[in-house]
Amino acid sequence: MQLFTCPFCGPRAETEFFYGAEAGKTRPEPASDVKAEAWAAYLHTNANPKGATREIWLHQTCGEFFLMERDTVTHDVVQSVSLRGDAA
Amino acid sequence: MTDRYSALSLFKEGLRGHKGWKQAWRSPEPQSHYDVIIIGGGGHGLATAYYLAKVHGIRRVAVLEKGWIGGGNTGRNTTTIRSNYFYPESVALYDFSLKLYEGLSKELNYNIMLSQRGVATVAHSDAEMEISARIVNAMQINGTDAELMTRDQIIAKAPLLNQSNTARYPIFGGVWQGRAGVARHDAVAWGYARAADRLGVDIIQGCEVSGFLIEGGRCAGVETSRGTIRADRVGLAVAGHSSVVAEKAGFKLPLHIYTLQAMVSEPVKPCLDTVLLYPGTGTYVSQSDKGEMIIGGGIDRVPSYAQRGNPPVQETVIAGLLEMFPSFGQLKMLRQWGGIVDVTPDSSPLIGPSPLPGLYLNCGWGTGGFKAIPAGGYLLAHLLATGDHHPISRPFDLDRFERCRLIDEAAGSGIAH
Repeated sequence: MQLFTCPFCGPRAETEFFYGAEAGKTRPEPASDVKAEAWAAYLHTNANPKGATREIWLHQTCGEFFLMERDTVTHDVVQSVSLRGDAA
Repeated sequence: MTDRYSALSLFKEGLRGHKGWKQAWRSPEPQSHYDVIIIGGGGHGLATAYYLAKVHGIRRVAVLEKGWIGGGNTGRNTTTIRSNYFYPESVALYDFSLKLYEGLSKELNYNIMLSQRGVATVAHSDAEMEISARIVNAMQINGTDAELMTRDQIIAKAPLLNQSNTARYPIFGGVWQGRAGVARHDAVAWGYARAADRLGVDIIQGCEVSGFLIEGGRCAGVETSRGTIRADRVGLAVAGHSSVVAEKAGFKLPLHIYTLQAMVSEPVKPCLDTVLLYPGTGTYVSQSDKGEMIIGGGIDRVPSYAQRGNPPVQETVIAGLLEMFPSFGQLKMLRQWGGIVDVTPDSSPLIGPSPLPGLYLNCGWGTGGFKAIPAGGYLLAHLLATGDHHPISRPFDLDRFERCRLIDEAAGSGIAH
């Protein structure tokens, strides 16, 4: 069992967390001007990196969304950052 | 030298001390140019090479494999073959694959040990029985075999199942596909490798692709750990590393990577002659010819390239197994492993041209790639040979995300992908 750190609650079991999405995507606006390709890329396309990654996670038990930097090969967690403010 | 496999050749070789068996495939040095290069020497890559040579007569083909053939997800799955899907596009694809599997041992002259022992997906409530009836209807309309089973029929198939009325996940009945079954995974890779090699295909192991040769905006070959190799067309069949190789070619794919675990128990005498899936627990199980229980479940929910699983999912899978078969609590577990699966947003594969002209995709099979090996190879070979889709692969093109024509099998067939 790996421990992830919720910025609000501290270290908790991995089963309490839910992976949301890769960090850094910006919703294309305004909607009326967005082409299908750009919208599909925003919704579905991922870098899916091998190694260092930045992701948005949800701590399901407290409802906190936060940014987690970790490694997809070693599973090392670099840091958890609160999304309160403008971290991501 | 003995070239062809048969009962007679086995007998003759037995008398000669098995000294005359020919090497099953060569280990050639890479040439400087091929008509087609296929990246990835798993089942899909090897099948692609075979069908290119066999169906399309294109024999100047190389399969480049960074490790050893069949050592990725082809060697890590639970070997189930089925076509019990919901949408017409999926049934057309997976049933085409099952039909090719049915003739494969003979076609390849290699015993893939296909055992059509059937797959039962158990329903745990009246509501699930109604959904099961809907899936059975859809499968029958789409032209594959399916049967709605009663509780008694399910129990007759697997008498050791937990039959208690107070079970957390009681048996109400289920969906049965009798043509489904299991096959020997290594034999599928080795059979395609041997048959492709005999048609002139070069299988080059220990050859990792490090980049792409792009000329005039077109893929003109690959840079590898064994030098530059040029090709008219390139196929990508690397499963879990699709995003990594795509990044070298300059594009991203709609994929997430997850670990899928499997495990086997110690071998015991025959006690389960079908494949059982409990949607309630997410656990599925079959018994190998050696007697081991082969057990799988859902994916680890943490995106990972680690090729090893985390304990919480092992616990869920084994708890589910004991809910299904309380008597299996006596079994000792023998091995546990993980493969990394490339999952698309709609749990259906990506087959078609990539954003880089000259490079074609066969990926995104997620947790279900083994059953699709013959079809995936056949369809990628068609693309590489003709430059166009086969009608079966057209719906699975990358453009379905822009057209909002997703084939959402995670929702449609309700099977734990």
